[in-house]
Order: sequence, then C-alpha cells, then structure tokens
Amino acid sequence: MQSVITNTNQLEAIALKVREHIIKMSTDGGCFVGASLSAADLIVYLYSEFLNVNPNNLTDPNRDYLFLSKGHDVPALYGTFAELGLLDKDRLKNHLSLSDNIYWHPNTKIPGIEFHSGSLGHLPSVAIGVAMDIKIKGGNNKVVCIMGDGELNEGTCWEAVLVANAYKLDNLIFVIDRNHFQANMATEDLIPLEPLHDKFTAFGASVKRINGHSFEALHEAFSAFPFETGKLNVVIADTVRGKGLPSIERRADRWFCNFSATEVEDLLKELHGEHTTQLTSETLVVR
Amino acid sequence: MSYEELLTEIALSDERFIVMTAENRALVRNIPAKLGNRFIDTGITEQTMIGAAAGLALRGRTPVVHALASFLTMRAFEFVRTDAGIPNLPVKLSSFIPGFLSDGNGPTHQAVEDISLMRGIPNMTVFAPADEDDLVKMLPQIWNHPNPSYVRINTRKTDYQHSPFELGKAEIIAEGEDVTILTYGLLFEQALIAVDILKNEGLSVGLINMRSLKPVDEHAILHATRNSKLTVTLEDHFLTGGLYSIVAEVLLKHGLTANVLPFALNEKWFKPSLLPNVMEHEGFTGKQIAEKILGYNTRFHQPQIAVPQFSE
Repeated sequence: MQSVITNTNQLEAIALKVREHIIKMSTDGGCFVGASLSAADLIVYLYSEFLNVNPNNLTDPNRDYLFLSKGHDVPALYGTFAELGLLDKDRLKNHLSLSDNIYWHPNTKIPGIEFHSGSLGHLPSVAIGVAMDIKIKGGNNKVVCIMGDGELNEGTCWEAVLVANAYKLDNLIFVIDRNHFQANMATEDLIPLEPLHDKFTAFGASVKRINGHSFEALHEAFSAFPFETGKLNVVIADTVRGKGLPSIERRADRWFCNFSATEVEDLLKELHGEHTTQLTSETLVVR
Repeated sequence: MSYEELLTEIALSDERFIVMTAENRALVRNIPAKLGNRFIDTGITEQTMIGAAAGLALRGRTPVVHALASFLTMRAFEFVRTDAGIPNLPVKLSSFIPGFLSDGNGPTHQAVEDISLMRGIPNMTVFAPADEDDLVKMLPQIWNHPNPSYVRINTRKTDYQHSPFELGKAEIIAEGEDVTILTYGLLFEQALIAVDILKNEGLSVGLINMRSLKPVDEHAILHATRNSKLTVTLEDHFLTGGLYSIVAEVLLKHGLTANVLPFALNEKWFKPSLLPNVMEHEGFTGKQIAEKILGYNTRFHQPQIAVPQFSE
C-alpha cells in the first residue's frame, strides 16, 4: 500500500454519490440520515483502499471482513456497495419495500453484509471470534469493526476490548465513528466518553485519532496497520453527524429523518453547495 | 390523556416515582424538565439501567423504566429476572415498539417473544393494552401494585372506549357462539374489523381484549372456549409462549380441550417494512383474519392502517 494517497479526488467523488444515495433513502419511511452521513467517508475509504473485498470474493474465506456494528448507518454501506459494484444501484429504490431486504438495519440477505446488526455492542465480539479463528489458522485477513460513539455506552464494547487485548488480536481494528452524538443529544452531555483515546490505551489497545472525513488522514492511519504487534488497533475517527449537509450537520434532532420528496430534492441541491434547505418535516428522534 | 401526561401527573404527585430511560426518550420527551433529578437517563445501557432501578426500588422508589422492547426484555433479561424478579421489587418496565410496531427495523428490534420471556419470571406481571385509552386506564393500578411489571406500550389511538381496568381481568367486548377472538395489543384494532366482517357473514362472534396476560383471566378463557365452536388467538408474537400457549396451559390445567385457531408468528421473524405493509404481508389485517376464519374471500374493503407516529 502506498503511504501517500493519490486518488483523493476519486474517493471524494464516490463519497458524494454515496451521500446522494443516503439522501434518496431518507424518504417514504425515512432512515438514519445523520449517522449514515458521518460514516460515509470511512466506509468509502475502507472498501476502496483498505479491505480486500470485491464482488468476486465475497465467499472467499481469505477476504477481509468489515462488521458494521452500529448498523443504523447501513445506508452509507449500501450506497458504497452500489458505487463499487457490489450491489445493483436500482435496488436502493427498494428501501423498505417488501420486494427486497433493504431496511433500517443490515442483514446478510444482501451479499457483502457479514452479519446482521442493529442491537448495539454485538459485533465487536463477533469480530473477535472471526479474528481469533484467523489467528488460529494463521491467515492474514484484516478484520474491521465500525462502532458508533453512542454505542460505546454498551458494556459489551468494553468487554470486547478487554478480550481482544487478552488474545493479542492485532489483526482486528475497531473504528469508532466519533460523530459526537447519540440518538437524542451530544454524547458529552449525557454519558461523557472523553478522554476516549486514554480509555482505549488504558485497556491495552494501540490507538490513532484522526479526522474521519480526510482521506489523507484515513490513509495515513490505516497504512500503519498493524499499529503495534500484539495489540488491538483502534481508530477514533472524529466525524460530523450529518456531514455534507449544513441543514442536518450537528443537530441533535436530525437523527432519524423521513423527508418529503421536495425536501429530498432540496437536500440533493444542498449537497452540491447550492443553498441550505428549509426542513419542515416532523423530525423523528427516538431510539 | 397521553402516556406522557399520565406519567408526569403520577410522578409529580408521588415522590416515590423515578422515571428512567436507556436513551429512549420518545415517550418521555418533556419529563426531564418537569421531574428534575427524578428523571434518569443512563444512556444506551439497558442492563445497568435495570440494576440501578433495582437499587432505587431497594430504597423505596418505584422506577418506571423505558427502552425498546427487544433490548429491555432480552438484552437486560437476566438483570430483570435477577435484580427485579428474585427480590420482587416494583420495577416497572415500559417497552417501546413491541411486536409489529418495530415495523422497518428488522429482526434485531422485533420483540415477538417478550410476553413469553416476561411471564416466565416469578413475581413479574405482564400487560398488553389495546390502544392508548386502554393503556392509560391500566397504568395507575399497575404502577401502584407492589410487583415488578412489564407493559407492552401501545399508544395507538382507536375510537373504542374501554371499560375500567381490573388487574387480572380481561375485557369482554362481545360474546358469540360461533367464534370468539382472544387478542391483545395493537391487533385489537384489526380484531374489531374482523368481528364486523364475520357478523356480516351471519356468524355469532365474541371478542375479548385480554389486557392482563399475567395474572391471566382464566375464567374468560374457559368461558370463551366452552361457549364458542371456535376460539381464535390473535397476537403479534411467536406462537411459542404467548397467548396461544397461555390458552393451552389454562385448558390443560382444567382438563379440557378446545378447537383453537392461532394467528401468530410460527418459528420466524416478520418481514421488515412499514407497518401497514407488514400487517398485510404477514396476514394480520382484519379482512385477512376474518377470511381465514371463514375459509373464503369477502367483498369487504380493508380500512387503511395508520403508519406509527414514531419509527425507531
């Protein structure tokens, strides 16, 4: 892998398309827009540059693994799959339809989804099991688990860090989408997480904290994998909930959104920098 | 009166009450400002919330706790059983989006075994209101009862005015000699439609809103099975452990059998989509229920099913 990334323009173009897909899925029942937008760059980077996963090796046990643990950011994953040829773009129109299996949380009926999720704090442990078997069999596959920062409230996330440390799983990377919000409010106003870097370090992990919207920063961090021999890798990716749409960014009340068709049109224009959208839909914020 | 208004009124008038949530604020949006330090949000920590609720109850409090039904009953199951069940503490569980109400979320969020799990805990009481009116009528008694409780929260509005609630008693809506439908929760709406169709087809039809699933109204079950040629159990729950099982247990206890047709999810989760699609796809609309009972199609037009006010 190159230490300097040369194709950031290409990645940014893919990420923009992914954000378009997310906005288009936020109507006719809606989706978790804010978290999907914060994770979009991370997911685009990982599938484009870091993971050995492509439409032809999905069933190959030697491919790399990505587990999407917070789950409700799955529109970003489906958007990325569509752009990278892992999923037919037309199927994104089937969001919430009985004719397909594209709904608010991931499921393995969609090729490329490794495990279903939606109940927080499950996939760190599933990822550990996969990483343990790779160690036992002597493989070189990488295992990535993306977790939300709100998800870190769940105790099982921390149990997983303890166990990964005990078994020296340096083939495993926990990526924290640190968008600074949980469902209803800023994380630091409810269950403070900081100093987060120190928490993971104290649990024995090797930690990098980066800007999760900079492909250069992502590349620098992931190029250093494995960070230290015998240690769990943790990437804290500082992100912005709603990234790319000023009318959604950093707003506690823009978590789950079901926009009108007009709003979606306006948001797509806003994504391309035309203007800021006046959102009038009733906002749904529940967990 | 809404759930939130009732909870606010009761908690403000009785210092024992503590309102808790594992960051599920849909039902308690305005309560933090009104209750001050008697509102506690533990973040996304269902297990810790239940343990803390037990600690508060140990000090004489009555915690009313909120989380999504699947996480409240399953992630925190052992904490509910061990910390609230074994010491018989008045921890009051309010479960959000149970059964079909989790519509488009997927199996992780489908609580379709909650009645089965909760009624298996000694000391636990279990309730499932038909709509908001039923919910508001039952909660004061449930929350003032000394045992732990589980309520399948259902805030949907129907036009039906329910009779006063009595713990352990079902609500007899109608009696019938051909068919009696036993149901609970949001399917009550569809049962009312099914009853209309069946009556229109000339049948004598009974309907019972079970309300209290533990303790259960054995007399209502025995009366229905004795006096109707067919008993229907209707629930958005797995076939295992829910109302169908309860009816079977009650009949066997009394050495009886009956002709029972269950509507339930048999060894599968439901297909995720918006609620009206889910109901249609799984065969739980009033028209589909009636036609399955009749064994033939009717010209009846199924009324539109309202999309829930809240998604996940």
